[in-house]
Amino acid sequence: MKDLSLHILDIVQNSIRAKATLVEIDVTEQPEENKLTIRITDDGTGMSPEEVKKAIDPFYTSRTTRKVGLGLSLFKQNAEQTDGNFSIESELEKGTCVTATFGLNHLDRPVMGDLAGVLLLLICAPDAIDYVFKHLTPAGKFVLDTREIKQTLENVPISHPEIREFLKEMITGNLEQIQISE
Amino acid sequence: MNKIKSLADLKKLQSEVQTKIKLRERGDHPEKLIQIKVSMATCGIASGAKETMMFLIDELEHQGIDAVVTQTGCMGYCYAEPTIELTIPGQAPVVYGFVNKIKAQEIIDKHIKLNQMVDGIIPASYSTIDNN
Repeated sequence: MKDLSLHILDIVQNSIRAKATLVEIDVTEQPEENKLTIRITDDGTGMSPEEVKKAIDPFYTSRTTRKVGLGLSLFKQNAEQTDGNFSIESELEKGTCVTATFGLNHLDRPVMGDLAGVLLLLICAPDAIDYVFKHLTPAGKFVLDTREIKQTLENVPISHPEIREFLKEMITGNLEQIQISE
Repeated sequence: MNKIKSLADLKKLQSEVQTKIKLRERGDHPEKLIQIKVSMATCGIASGAKETMMFLIDELEHQGIDAVVTQTGCMGYCYAEPTIELTIPGQAPVVYGFVNKIKAQEIIDKHIKLNQMVDGIIPASYSTIDNN
């Protein structure tokens, strides 16, 4: 993948297919420790311990249209190429947590990319999934909880074009304030 | 310098929008709306399906065409990503491959507005002499 925001979009697709209703995306930038951590937690169907071990294998997938599942393997490869870490924790009927750490200043670390665009695409989708996005850097913290947003909106749909435009500005503005890496 | 927006600003926007929101009773009848499903699996995302989807959402809104654009999983046509499945009410679904922004514009202008199919359709089922 060209950038990290696309990896996030990819792993969240897995959560959506696992029938999650709440997806938490945590992005933490720690320049003093040379670490960039991305953690995606969902409350979907989860996996058994055997499945967790097989999930990293690109030739294992739970879908039926083809026999290859690259999302997790590519994410892991990217993380480990930058002296980072990768782990999956999962429990059946509870959910799954995918954590990837990257060397922030490593030459091979992909850029963050259009994080606002990815978030917008996920949040404004006409489905009933809620997202909690937390971005933490030494410059500040930004938390976006779609449950709060939907509550503020009452019966105005979150996919309404003016709401989308507003959310795009809100997310971009807040990220510009605190994001350190591109 | 961007003014940082907050939930309080959202609340103000909500009351403005609420007064002018058109009641979409078609929300209860999704089969009457044009549906576009964009394949958003690893292959799709890596090939730029995100841009395609954002372009479709913006352009359809810009042209005032009522359509529901959603993301779906892998449809199996990884060699032709980005792919979309277009369902016009009353017609069978059509799958298009290699849908970049230019192709998406063409599909909106010709297929959706004028009901003329465009190049690049992936047929639903191949039956050849061998496996028929």
